[in-house]
Amino acid sequence: MAISDMTHNPPDDRLNRVPDFGRAPMGSGTEAHLAHIWESLPGWRGWFSTVDHKTIGLRYIVTAFIFLLMGGIEALIMRIQLAGSNHALLTPEQYSQLFTMHGVTMIFLYALPILSGFSNYLWPLLLGSRDMAFPRLNALSYWIFLFAGIFMYASFPLGQAPNAGWFNYVPFSGPIYNTGPNIDVFALGMVLLGISTTVGSVNFVVTLFRMRAPGMTINRVPILVWGTLTASVANLLAIPAVSLAFFLLWLDRQIGTHFFDVANGGKPLLWQHLFWIFGHPWVYAIVLPAMGIVSDALPTFCRRPLVGYAAMALATIATMLVGFEVWIHHMFATGLPTVALSIFGAASMVISIPSSVAVFAWIATIWLGKPVFKTPFLFFAGFVMLFVIGGLSGVMTAAVSLDWQLNETYFIVAHLHYVLIGINVFPVVGGIYYWFPKFTGRMMDEKMGKWSFWVMFIGFNIGFFPMHVAGLLGMPRRIYTYSSRMGWDTVNMIISIGSFIFAVGILIFLVNVALSLKRGARVGANPWDAATLEWSVSSPPPAYNFAAIPIIASRHPLWEDRLDEDTGRSSLTEGYLLTQGRETIGTSPIDAKPVTILKMPEDSSTPFFVGLFVSLMFVGLLLHWWNFAGIMAAAGCIALIIWMWPQKALAQRVPSAAHSHGEAHD
Amino acid sequence: MTDASPFNQLLPVGSKGKLSGGWWGILALIVTEGSLFGYLLFAYFYLAAQTEQQWPPEGLPVLLMPAVNTAILLASSACVWISEHCIRRRQIYWSIAAMILAIALGICFVMIQLTEWDRKTYDMTSSLYGSLYFTITGFHLCHVIIGLVVLLLLLIWMALGYFDDRRYAAVTIGGVYWHFVDVVWLFVFTTLYIFPYL
Repeated sequence: MAISDMTHNPPDDRLNRVPDFGRAPMGSGTEAHLAHIWESLPGWRGWFSTVDHKTIGLRYIVTAFIFLLMGGIEALIMRIQLAGSNHALLTPEQYSQLFTMHGVTMIFLYALPILSGFSNYLWPLLLGSRDMAFPRLNALSYWIFLFAGIFMYASFPLGQAPNAGWFNYVPFSGPIYNTGPNIDVFALGMVLLGISTTVGSVNFVVTLFRMRAPGMTINRVPILVWGTLTASVANLLAIPAVSLAFFLLWLDRQIGTHFFDVANGGKPLLWQHLFWIFGHPWVYAIVLPAMGIVSDALPTFCRRPLVGYAAMALATIATMLVGFEVWIHHMFATGLPTVALSIFGAASMVISIPSSVAVFAWIATIWLGKPVFKTPFLFFAGFVMLFVIGGLSGVMTAAVSLDWQLNETYFIVAHLHYVLIGINVFPVVGGIYYWFPKFTGRMMDEKMGKWSFWVMFIGFNIGFFPMHVAGLLGMPRRIYTYSSRMGWDTVNMIISIGSFIFAVGILIFLVNVALSLKRGARVGANPWDAATLEWSVSSPPPAYNFAAIPIIASRHPLWEDRLDEDTGRSSLTEGYLLTQGRETIGTSPIDAKPVTILKMPEDSSTPFFVGLFVSLMFVGLLLHWWNFAGIMAAAGCIALIIWMWPQKALAQRVPSAAHSHGEAHD
Repeated sequence: MTDASPFNQLLPVGSKGKLSGGWWGILALIVTEGSLFGYLLFAYFYLAAQTEQQWPPEGLPVLLMPAVNTAILLASSACVWISEHCIRRRQIYWSIAAMILAIALGICFVMIQLTEWDRKTYDMTSSLYGSLYFTITGFHLCHVIIGLVVLLLLLIWMALGYFDDRRYAAVTIGGVYWHFVDVVWLFVFTTLYIFPYL
C-alpha cells in the first residue's frame, strides 16, 4: 500500500518525511523553538485550554487530595460520634449521609483520580514521549471528574446527600424506601464520573501501545505503567457494569421501570451482581498503580533494580485476571448456592499468590539492596507491612464460614482500610515525597517528612487495628451509636484517638508541602539518583518533556553505566527532534520500533465545554428539566463535532494542492 | 553512541489509517461499549431465567420485520465497507454514493424499529419484560442514531474533498464504529427475538 501511495502521488513532506535526528541542548535554537511550540498561553485562556499532561496530572492530584481531606473530615466527625456510647452529636440520618459520602469520596473521588494524576503526570515522562495519546481527551477526563465531584456533593449542604452506603443496595436505595433526591444525585453522578474514568482509561491504554520511546520494548516499561495499564483495561471492561446499574436504578426511581422492583419480578440481587462485577476489579484498579509507584520508587532507595521485574509484571496482570472472578465474595451472605460460594472463595484465596509474589519481590529488593532511609523509603516500607496485614485479613474473609461471622462487622471495616489506606494512601504520600522535586523543582523537608511518616503510621495502626477487635466483639458497621452495655466503649475510644493522630500526621505532611513549595532546597534533574527516564529531564520538566526523544536500550536508562547489563547504552541527549509543530514519535506496540510521526493537537477549550455541557445535561436529568437536558446534549454534540473536525495541521485531511515547503527548523 | 542509521527511515506524518491514534481509541471504545451491551444482555438473561411472568408478554415474537430490519442494517454495513474501499481506490464519487446508501439504509432501520416500538401493546413501565425490551433496544437505537450522525459527518467531509487515498483515517474509524453497532444488533436480535423460541 505504501508503495502504491508513492507512485500515485508526488512525495509530500507534509505526509511523509524522514524525521530530524540530533541534539537540542538547553538554550539552543531548536530547544527554544520547541518551548515556543509546546508552552500554553499565559493567563486564564491558557488555564482553560491547556492540554499539557503535566498540568492535568497536577490538577488531578490536587483535586483528588482535596477530596481526601473532605472524606477525612467526614470520618473524623463520625469518630467523634462513636468515641463513646450514646453520643448524640449526629442524628441517624446525618450519620448515614456522612458514612455514605465518606465512602463515595474516598473510593470514587480520591482513590482512582489521585493515581490517574500520578500516571498522567508521569507516563509520558516515563515512556519518553511528549504527551499522552489524546491530550484533549485527557483534559476532558479531568473536567468531567471535577464536575462529577461537585455534582455528587451538591446536595450535601441541603441535607440530601446519598445515604445508602457507597454500594447502595436496593431495595433500600429504591423508590419506595428512599424518596428524596439523595440517591438520584449519586446515581447520575456515578454515570457522569464513569465517562471521565472511561475516557481516561482509553487514553492510558492507547498511550502505552503507541507512545513509547523507540527501543522501550514491552519488557522495559516501568512497573507503574504495568499497574495503570492493567487498571485501565479492567476499567474499560468493568465501568459499564456500574454505570448501567446506576442508570437502571435511576430509571426505576424516576421513570418507573422494574429492574429491581421485587413486587413486579425485579431482582435486588441483580444490583449486587452488577455492582460487584465492577466493584472488585475496581478495588484492584485503585491499588495496582499504587503498587506500581512502590515498585518503581522503592528500588531508588535500595540502590538496586527491583527484584523480579517479570514476576512483578505478571503478578500485576494475574491479580486483575483473577480479580474478575471474585466478585461474589462480597455476596457470601445472600443465600447463593454453596458451589458458587466455594468457587468464588477459592478464587479469592488464589489472589494471595500474585500478591505474595509482589510482597516477596519488595522484601527481596530491600534485603539485597543498601537501603537509604529517606522519607519516601519509610512510606514504601510501611506500605509493605500494611499490605501484609490487610492481605491476611483478606484471606480470612475469603473463607466462607469465617466471612459469615465477620460480614457487616468492624472487622471488614478494618480490612478495607488496611487495604485502601495501606496500599493507596501510603504509596501516594510516599510518591508525593518522591516526585515533589520533579513536580516543583524543590525538595520537601526531610525532618518534617520523617515526623509525618511516624505520626501517620502510628496513628493509622492505633486507629484501625483495634477495629479488628471491635468486629470480633460483634460491633456492626454503619451504626450511628451503641449502648454502653455492649462493652465497645474502650475499643472505640482507642480507635477515635488513633484516627485523630493519623489526621495530625496528614496535617504535618500538608504543612511540609506548603513550606517546601516556598522554601524547599532547589534541585537538579535527578536529586535521588534514580534510574528511570523522568529523572533525565530538568525539574520541573519543560513543556515539551524531551527536546530529543530518547532511544532506550534498557529498563534503567540512567543506571546503565553502573549496572553494566550488557544491553547497550540508551541515547538520552541525541534522538528525534520533531520540530514542525507539536509532534512526537509513534512506535509499534510490542517492540517499540518507530512507525509514524504523530501530530499532537494544540491547546483547546472544547474539552472544557464538552465536559460542561455533558455535566449540565446531567443536572437537567436530575431536576427533570428535560428540555434543558436536551439542549445541553445537543450543545455537547456540537462541541464534539468542532473537536473532531479533521484538521490539516494534524494531517487528518489531505493537504491543499499548492505545495508549500514545511518550515524545517534547525 | 547509538548508530543513527536505523532511525533514518521515511515515516508517515499524522493520522494515517490504522497508524492513527484514533483507530486505537475507537477499538478501546468498542471494547468498553461491547461490555456495556454484554451487561445489558446479562441483566436480561438473569431476570428471564428467574421470571414467573409470561415472557414476552405478547407470546412468541413475530420474526418477519425484525429479520428484514437486520438484513437492512447489515446491508448498510456493507455499504460503509464499500465506501472505504472506494476511497482507497481513488473512486471518491462511488465512495460518496455508497455512504449515502449506507445512511439511507440506517435511517430505514430506525424508522422500522420505531414502528416496531409503536406496535407493542406495553411500554417501559408496564412489566419487567417491557423495561428490558425498551431499555435494550433503546440503548441500541441511541447507538444507531449516533452512528448515523458519524456517517453523515463523514459524508460531508468526503463531499468537501477532505479525504483521498493518502488520508482517510476518519472513514476507517467511523466505519468500524458502524460495523460494531451492527454486530451488537445481531446479539440483541438473537437475545430478544430468537432466544424465546429456544
